[in-house]
Amino acid sequence: MIRLEINGLPVSVEEGSTILEAAKFLGFPIPTLCHMEGLSPYGACRLCVVEIGEGDRAKLVSSCTYPAEEGLKVRTASSRVLRARRMVLELLLATCPQSKVIQDLAAQHAIRQQRFKQEHEDCIQCGLCVRMCEEQMMAKAIGFRGRGEDRSIGTPFDIKSDECRTCGGCMYVCPACQLRCTYNEPDKAICGGCANIAVPCVEKDPFDDMMCFMDPCVACEIQKD
Amino acid sequence: MNPSEQVILRDVKSIVERHSGEHCDLIAILSDVQTKYRYLPEKALRMVAKETNRSFVDVYGVATFYKHFSLKPRGEHLASVCIGTACHVRGAPSVTAEFERQLGVSDGETTPDKQFTLKTVNCLGACAMGPIVVVDGHHFSGVKADDTDDIIEKAKNGFDQVNIGSDRRIFPIGVRCLSCNHSLMDSDLPIDGFPSVKLTISFENKHGWIRLSSLYGSYSYESEFPIPEDEIVNFFCPHCHTEIIGAMNCPECSAPMVPMSVGGGGIVQICSRVSCQGHILDLSSNPV
Repeated sequence: MIRLEINGLPVSVEEGSTILEAAKFLGFPIPTLCHMEGLSPYGACRLCVVEIGEGDRAKLVSSCTYPAEEGLKVRTASSRVLRARRMVLELLLATCPQSKVIQDLAAQHAIRQQRFKQEHEDCIQCGLCVRMCEEQMMAKAIGFRGRGEDRSIGTPFDIKSDECRTCGGCMYVCPACQLRCTYNEPDKAICGGCANIAVPCVEKDPFDDMMCFMDPCVACEIQKD
Repeated sequence: MNPSEQVILRDVKSIVERHSGEHCDLIAILSDVQTKYRYLPEKALRMVAKETNRSFVDVYGVATFYKHFSLKPRGEHLASVCIGTACHVRGAPSVTAEFERQLGVSDGETTPDKQFTLKTVNCLGACAMGPIVVVDGHHFSGVKADDTDDIIEKAKNGFDQVNIGSDRRIFPIGVRCLSCNHSLMDSDLPIDGFPSVKLTISFENKHGWIRLSSLYGSYSYESEFPIPEDEIVNFFCPHCHTEIIGAMNCPECSAPMVPMSVGGGGIVQICSRVSCQGHILDLSSNPV
């Protein structure tokens, strides 16, 4: 067992667990976006930042990738942490303002305004879909391509991958919920999004006043046609 | 160039085989594939993935990550114009514009005759000498817009053309067999105007003579049988019939090197792969 201090409370956790796991186990809430049980930690969204160390040596680390260490002093909700998290969320919201997941997180963190230009990207590059495809679906049909501002997720050459079984796993985990593995024929995809969040927009008529946050919702688009 | 699937499969297989056992070999393999085709064809990427037991998306990810790799066919000559900050203030925009005008293509494109590919790069690390232009590995510093036609002309004629006799990088050497110390020089059939190095080779159950140019830096040879490209052949001394094989592998392609002693002391080693130009001349070491 490893003894460490979380928010001033001395606790002991099993060896090999991360700060996030330790904090969750003990009931300290840490918001996450790119973390999912069953997938390897990735540390992409930086939403789970916590402060470790003391005084001048205090620093922010992503708790989902940082292992619990003997004698570590962790603060999960210091003002510095909250400020960093709000900034991360504001930036995520500017990248992907249509995402319900990010909107909810922003609301929880009392973000009332947007200071950055909205980009309306369909991806925040959290890598959830890539890990889902590889680690749970054993397909490895999608991955990261390019680098820097040209970095994107998708199949090689944007053509249908032989490995893809259109399982919908990538859409199920996607916080921005746009299509990944379906390349340029979204109507051939199984839209897991609507089904999983019980918005029965497919049956109801008219669609215009539906509170569907999928933009564009594949199911609705198909119905309109 | 549009190679067929079988050709690509054969080439990729031989490249992967050459790198087998290496740790982190993917970049080296892709680099070799690109050297072969001047770009990375989709079929070749698929085969690299298959041959190295990687997923296609991983190979594609690496190929798109590095600027060195190109997924679009490139021309025979690659002109990289630096547009970094230092080169920019020293006049890179006019150089770029002149290259674009003369070649009739814009950044990242290839001329229709597949001769030139123009590419802008962000920094080549020689800011004090800017604007820098690199064509086929040859650097030009302080380039002005007037110089572009000269550079293009030079590239078309080939940078590696050397003038035998006047170029000091080219000189004849006399070699001997390391085991019997018999001279391997043959003045009956000169190559490049100098006595040739006569050896016996064998490959694919064929056995015959080969005459290499004795000029260090020349890769001319004549042989009894035509040797397929990329073939690794075994070399024998025509006098003592010992196989000439060294302990070293070629630094370029990792085929075995063939050592011979140089008159006046030292050892010259040449690569046993036909198309490879790997060679080492070491005048300090004594024949073993």
